[in-house]
Amino acid sequence: MKFVPSIKQNTFFIPVAPPDFRNMGTCLRILVIANLMGLAAAVVRSEKIAGAWQEFLAISTTLEPFLLASLLVLYMLHPVLEKLPHRQGITVILGSELAVAATIRLFNMQRFGMENVSSLAHWWLLTLLATCTLLAYFNLRNRALSPALVEARLQALQARIRPHFLFNSINAVLSLIRDEPRRAETALEDLADLFRVLMADNRQLVPLASEVALCRQYLALEKLRLGHRLHVVWNIGDMPEEALVPPLILQPLLENAVYHGIEPVQEGGEIVIDIRLVRDQINIHVSNPFRPGAGHHAGNHMAVENIRERLALHFDYEASLVSSASADLYEVSILLPYRKP
Amino acid sequence: MTLPLKVLIADDEIPARNRLKSLLADIPNIVIAGEAGNGRDVLSMAAEELPDVLLLDIRMPVMDGIEAAEHAQKLYRPPAIIFTTAYDAHAMQAFDLNAVDYLLKPIRMERLQAALSKAHALRPAQMQALHAMLPQRTHFSIHERGRVLLVPVGNVIYLRAELKYLTVRTVDREYLLEDSLAQIEQEFPERFLRIHRSCLVTRDAVQGFERRQEEDGETHWVVLLKGLQETLPVSRRQQHIVRELGS
Repeated sequence: MKFVPSIKQNTFFIPVAPPDFRNMGTCLRILVIANLMGLAAAVVRSEKIAGAWQEFLAISTTLEPFLLASLLVLYMLHPVLEKLPHRQGITVILGSELAVAATIRLFNMQRFGMENVSSLAHWWLLTLLATCTLLAYFNLRNRALSPALVEARLQALQARIRPHFLFNSINAVLSLIRDEPRRAETALEDLADLFRVLMADNRQLVPLASEVALCRQYLALEKLRLGHRLHVVWNIGDMPEEALVPPLILQPLLENAVYHGIEPVQEGGEIVIDIRLVRDQINIHVSNPFRPGAGHHAGNHMAVENIRERLALHFDYEASLVSSASADLYEVSILLPYRKP
Repeated sequence: MTLPLKVLIADDEIPARNRLKSLLADIPNIVIAGEAGNGRDVLSMAAEELPDVLLLDIRMPVMDGIEAAEHAQKLYRPPAIIFTTAYDAHAMQAFDLNAVDYLLKPIRMERLQAALSKAHALRPAQMQALHAMLPQRTHFSIHERGRVLLVPVGNVIYLRAELKYLTVRTVDREYLLEDSLAQIEQEFPERFLRIHRSCLVTRDAVQGFERRQEEDGETHWVVLLKGLQETLPVSRRQQHIVRELGS
């Protein structure tokens, strides 16, 4: 998705795009809405309510193959549709739907006989009506959610680094300047990189490897403050580095882990980060020690809710976040689809 | 020449302590008497050193700065308290309201100097304001022969009201504490259980209940304790807890 940056920095163009036909949420919505249309048609055609179900079943024998064929065609067309300008994309969608309609009609003539199938004009009219209704729905939904996508940038800022961390880090760097100027330099560079990401436009997905690099810089700063109290274990050998993820998906979780799991404990503890690819899904798992009563709970929930919301904006139903606290361990698990660049 | 100002530092982050030390080193007539990583350790140092000023970070493990300040009031000569914090909106607001001294990290030399020059012990009104910020203390502070002992709340098995003091019982020994049972019951509703007008017992220390027969033929319940031979009587009014906990 490309859009021209405007002169005024604070206005955003809402990208108009056909729906993402490779998204499970989109497919589900198409199926549900088209079947509801079929049900409405059945109710209109039957005289008694009892007959509506029979009528719907009759409609289904045509509707379901039609829907499945459409979804399949649109799924295959998706890479083409993404590259086309909006109007041409819509034309391609309508054209392919009409082609599917004609094919299913031919198929029906074979199954039910010539005289039982209505005219091609009738089929095409119905197809155009249904497709346009659905496209209008997705367009509206897109517009309704797009400000939210713009908002995602702001939200990512809200999930921002705690002032507590910023000032403590600056304080730690100040303590290094006299005796260890080189370490102070590295720390300031890390801090600059961290804030560059925090202040960036955070709507676009980023490669997983760069999110991990950012997290390492963040943890290096925390390590400066906490020293041997902070242990970090990275299990990311099988991580798909190029996979695209929302920015700041992992860093706030690690910040929580440090703030709630490490800082309140005198002897510190271990944060374990696991990232792997499991059947076309990326699994991010973070665990840290947890002592009920020892931590400060405010704020923890906010970061987790914020990430959950951004996952929903980017991936709809295909991503999830689960957190759990046991007697001595706090765990967060994120599942998200594997997006290649 | 005035006597040098004796200062103790408490912060859980080593770089933060180093920063304070290097700033203090540049101020004339200051002696750094020691440094600690949490409130409990700085208090035990303070009992030895009797410093003029405590520089306390607010957020520390084991015992935070606010609680340490409260216990420090029981020292033979209560030191002046200056809090340090990177960012704690809640605490800063309370400090501003009650004119409690605090320094924002990163700390500036001039501010530190100004704070040290006007540092004074906390007034009772300031103490009360601090107390309100502290939902639950982690330690009881106990006066004993001119010293202040800190007993972790988690080590307490029961508390019993005597004439003027409370007896605090741990596995090892008994201590005398100046406090009120009602206050402690209110502060730790989940931890302690009222079994008698004059006794609170730690819920986790209750092993069971036993019915005892008195010489006059009346029976009453006693609490059996984990790790201790002695038993505690349950008053008639509190007998309902036997049923509630027993089932």
